[in-house]
Amino acid sequence: MKNALLQHVEDKSKKSEIPYFEVGDTVEVGCKIQEGDKVRVQVFSGTVISRAGEGMSETFTVRRIVDEEGVERRFPIHSVNIDFIRPVRSGQARRAKLFYLRERTGKAVKLSHRHSEHTVTK
Amino acid sequence: MIMILGKKVGMTQVYDEAGKMTPVTVIQAGPCPVLQVKTVETDGYRALQLGFDDIKTSRVRKPAEGHAKKANTAAKRFIREWRLAEKDPSELKTGDMVAVSIFAETKFVDVIGISKGKGFQGVMKRHNFGGFPFSHGTERKHRAPGSLSGNASDRGHGGNIKKGKRMAGHMGMDRVTTKNHKLVSIDVEKNLLVIKGPVPGATGSYVVVRSAKSHS
Repeated sequence: MKNALLQHVEDKSKKSEIPYFEVGDTVEVGCKIQEGDKVRVQVFSGTVISRAGEGMSETFTVRRIVDEEGVERRFPIHSVNIDFIRPVRSGQARRAKLFYLRERTGKAVKLSHRHSEHTVTK
Repeated sequence: MIMILGKKVGMTQVYDEAGKMTPVTVIQAGPCPVLQVKTVETDGYRALQLGFDDIKTSRVRKPAEGHAKKANTAAKRFIREWRLAEKDPSELKTGDMVAVSIFAETKFVDVIGISKGKGFQGVMKRHNFGGFPFSHGTERKHRAPGSLSGNASDRGHGGNIKKGKRMAGHMGMDRVTTKNHKLVSIDVEKNLLVIKGPVPGATGSYVVVRSAKSHS
């Protein structure tokens, strides 16, 4: 267990509300991007293929296919540079890390749908 | 210069104002009672003696107990002096408490601690020597210190080894000062200092935190 005082410091900079999502889910992540002195929100959507770490240092990896090229981005879950995390679709995953998706292309990267009350299908 | 005594709680990460992840060390500091005020008249120099962390009552020795009683407090495990400059207008008296709130205006701090003991270490780890190649015919001396001295290194006396020659030996467990840590935040309620970067010593070891000398 983590030291209570350390936890206290972490809790202050942690986000209070993180939407529920699992590995295999499709999410939309709003990333804040600094352009000059303006802040713009860019949406990156894809499949969550891994969640790692705990507490303040927890991260998740989102993979998507852009122009037939796989693109992965890894986000710290409590980052202040993330505007929102929106679960869009739940996918059935039978393991904790979906790195096998990297070897697949086309239809094979699709995961079967899993019913979940946490995701909102658009 | 202001000073407080504390204990290393551990490290974590927080985000700074610019949205950058910052590695921080959390230190539980004070409140430290002033156990004794040293003056030029009686001691030849000005200082405040601070104490931190109570000793278990069954283990307290009588002299330590009596000394702490003058400050109306229990005997302390960690006692260090806060040296005052000649003109320092300190008004703290014996028995007064020093809390983290004194760091409210401070931006940078120095931290003094005892580094983690590493045991007996070779010259590569202890003094950053280069060692020798691991291949190309090198035999049995990959991490060796090399030549200790030449015949002429101590003129007229032959090849004596000079004092201070860096060799293998005990490493760590030294008093180490790390300077100019940014003070990220303070928590007056829980007596916490949140300092950027790593500080010497293991989790749970005692440290001295003072305002940075080069920023005052």
